Parts: sequence; structure tokens; C-alpha cells
Amino acid sequence: MEKSHLDSLPKKPLRPTKIALTVIMLVGLVVSTIATGADFGMFFANFGEFTVLFKEMAHPDWSYAYYVVDPLIETIKMAVLGTVIGSAVAFPFALLISRNIVKNKFVTGIFRFILNIVRTIPDLLLGAIFVAIVGIGPVAGIISLAVFTFGMVGKLFYEAIETIDEGPIEALTAAGANKFQIIQFAVFPQIQTYFISYTMYAFEINVRASTVLGYIGAGGIGMFLQRSLSLYRYDQTGLIVLVIFVVVLLIDHISNISREALIK
Amino acid sequence: MDNKAKPVIELKHVSKVYPNGTVGLKDVDLTINHGEFVVVVGLSGAGKSTLLRAINRLHDITEGDILIDGESITNAKGKELRMLRRDIGMIFQSFNLVKRASVLRNVLTGRVAYYPTIKTTFNLFTKEDKQRAYEALQRVDMAEKVYNRADELSGGQQQRVSIARVLTQAPKIILADEPVASLDPKTSHKVLDDLKKINTELGMTVLVNLHSVELAKEFGTRIIGIRAGEIVFDGPVSETSDEQIREIYAGQAEVE
Repeated sequence: MEKSHLDSLPKKPLRPTKIALTVIMLVGLVVSTIATGADFGMFFANFGEFTVLFKEMAHPDWSYAYYVVDPLIETIKMAVLGTVIGSAVAFPFALLISRNIVKNKFVTGIFRFILNIVRTIPDLLLGAIFVAIVGIGPVAGIISLAVFTFGMVGKLFYEAIETIDEGPIEALTAAGANKFQIIQFAVFPQIQTYFISYTMYAFEINVRASTVLGYIGAGGIGMFLQRSLSLYRYDQTGLIVLVIFVVVLLIDHISNISREALIK
Repeated sequence: MDNKAKPVIELKHVSKVYPNGTVGLKDVDLTINHGEFVVVVGLSGAGKSTLLRAINRLHDITEGDILIDGESITNAKGKELRMLRRDIGMIFQSFNLVKRASVLRNVLTGRVAYYPTIKTTFNLFTKEDKQRAYEALQRVDMAEKVYNRADELSGGQQQRVSIARVLTQAPKIILADEPVASLDPKTSHKVLDDLKKINTELGMTVLVNLHSVELAKEFGTRIIGIRAGEIVFDGPVSETSDEQIREIYAGQAEVE
């Protein structure tokens, strides 16, 4: 039978779950605002204090710059070491939890659980824990950054490994290669750019995190930040903030450019 | 076929049932002799791929036994299995090259099973093996691309590199799983020509899955037809009629 006309596009079906979710989220927002006592009025009422502080910080103590160089270098050293150690441990670990490398679901399950636990601990808490264990100083900072990096890049690594083309693995297996050879010749070439890129990304984050870590005694420029604040030397605080800002921006920029060049 | 020919692949009552209940192979008995060029034809899903992957145990079989040059691969483990696989090269429909690696490096990976892990870790491939890889590339006319990255090549070129990889492996048997299914007719001929040459000049046994009956008749010396996991036809190409081939594809005729 011939059709004289074609039907017009039917209305998009209503999705009750979608509407319900939207309502729940809106209600949640309102309830949490009330429950936590968030008060916009207070924010604006204290705004004056902020401008006073800001005015003082806007006149940095340039002479202080000389004393800031060493802790700044220490901060970057902490970030570098923490990133390198964390990533180096994360790589074999990521292989262990990738379902296309280790077929045993029990093994991947257990190691994924460990990784998830590590990931739930925020970097500041890690810093506090390691300051308590190894004492005040940069070592505590390095260890906490390493653990933090491990949790972060471990997840990124294994997700990258799980998205690789499995064809080369099959080809290597068929050629009689053992597990190590398969990883080296079929897996690694496919993920090495991601590996480097994620490590650099972790380094960017770690430079930022390590500036704050000193605040709780884990070494680096954060210790000086804390000191200047408790002495109400906002001119010194201003300088430190400015220096951190410039260095982080610079490192971010360099790292970004190199990552983009790598991925090509 | 020469009666004195020695069997290089023997399948004895081989069955394969996938965990979801699908029957891949049903009581398959098959003997392939040294130096044969065997073409396996059949519909998609008939079990051609399963048959090839059972031979080098990329898939485990559920029943029966498979002998490679007289040695059982069915229960081989670890090093024993890897040494058996070293004698069986494989070519894939999707080439399975490492795209980000150079052509030379891809071809050299065919050789890794000849090295202990410690040597491959530090890339200690011998000069002879690098030369061997380069000669394999010359054989498939890909020598000028030796330092190109694999993803710079066309599909046909990639498949020829994967043939070079198999040549470098120096196996007794080559399994080719739909090697030309994603290539145009002209390139398909070139690839199958290469395989044919390897078969006649180097004496490697070739077992190839093909979709195209025309190509099967042009290149094969023996045709095996598979339908629903069973061998429904097995005979020399010269004695195979179109009627018999239509029989292999039974069920498809009406759809046409």
C-alpha cells in the first residue's frame, strides 16, 4: 500500500526519572544550604576585612624575595621527587589492575580496592599523617605527594591501559611472546605518551599542592607562608603569594605545551 | 597431494563450545600436511576464525586434541606453549600492528620469542635479526618504509608489514584470519600473491580464511568448507565444482 503522507516527528517521550532527579537535586541544594547555615549576608558583611587585608598584601615586601628563593626551590624539588616516585610505583600497579592485562578478576578487584582507599585520603591529611610519622620537614612532604600522585595517576594509567587496541597483544601472544614482552612491545608503545602526559599533569598539581603542604609543616614555601600569616606580615604574605602565582603559572604553561606536543 | 607428505597440523575430534553455549567447532577431524596452501571458506560465524585460533590456542578448545608437528598444543603450558606458538605465525584482518611504532620495530616483534626477557627488555636484537627483518620487508616490497611509523601506511601496506613480521618469526605454519577482508580487490591480490610466494618459495604451510570464493579458487590448493562448526567439504581446488561451493554456503543462496 502506498503512503500518501509521512508521519510528523512524534513528541519526545517524558522521562519521569529525569524530572525526579532534577527535583531531588534542587531540593538537596536548598536543604544543604539551610543545614550548613551558609549565609550570603555574612560573606558580604566581612568583605571589608578582605579589602583591608588585600590592601596590605598589595604592597609586597620585595626585600623578602631573597629569603623566599630557597624554600621555593625546595618546594619544586618536593614536587619533582613526589611525582617521580608516585608515578614509578603507579605504573606497575596500573598494569596489575587493568582487566585486559590481568584476567583474574579477584586480583584486579583487590588491588583496585587498595587504590580506591588511597585515593580517598586528601593530600593535606596525608601531609599531616607523614609529618606525624617522619617529623616536620620536606621528607614528609615528598612522601605525601608520592602517595597522592600514586592514587591519582594510578587511576589515570589503568584507564589508559584499558582503552588500548588489543590487536597487538593478540599478535604478540600468537608469536609466542611472554607476558613481559607483550607489555613491552604491545602495551607500552600505546600508552607511553599518556604515561608521560599524566605524569606531567600530576607534577602541575603537585607544585600547587606542595606550596600548601608546608603550611602543616611538610617543608617548602608553605612554611614561610604560614609564618608570615601568623606574624600578620601581610606584605610578606603578598610577596609569597605573588611568587607562587608566577611559578605555578610558568610550570603549568611549560607542562601544557610539552604535553600537547607529545600527544601528537 | 604427495602420499609421503608429513602432517604438520592434526585436529582430532576437536570441539569448542563457548561459555555462553554457542558451538564454535563440532567434532572436527582435520590433517594438514607440510607445504599445503589451504583455504577455509564459509559464512561469517561458521567457525573459520575459531578453527584458526584453536590451532595456536588463542582460543582453548573444550574437547579433542590438536597436534603441531606431532606435539600436542592442547595442554601445553608456559614456555612449552610459547615455543609451539613461535612455530605458528598469524596474520590478522585488522593487521594488529603497533601504530605508534616504526615498521622495523613492528617487524622485529615477530622475533621476540627467540629471546629471553632480559634481552628484549634492553632491545638487544642481534644484527642478524635486524637484517632478517629488513630482508622480510624487501620480500613484500616494503623496504623503503622501514623507518616510517606504522600509522603512516595504508591498509594494504600495513598488511604487508604484518606478513613481514610473520616471515621474521620464521614459523613452519602461517595462519591468516581474513587477511584481505578489509582491503580492495587489487591490494587483496598483492597480499595473497605474497602469501602464495612464501608458501612455494619458503615451504611454509599456509592456512587462510577467506570470504571470497573466487580468491579461494585462484590461490588455494585445497579448500575446506565450514558450516555451523562442522567441516562440510574438504578437497583439492582442481576438483571442486561451483555446485559444491554453493553447498558450503547453503542457506545463503535464497537470501541472494
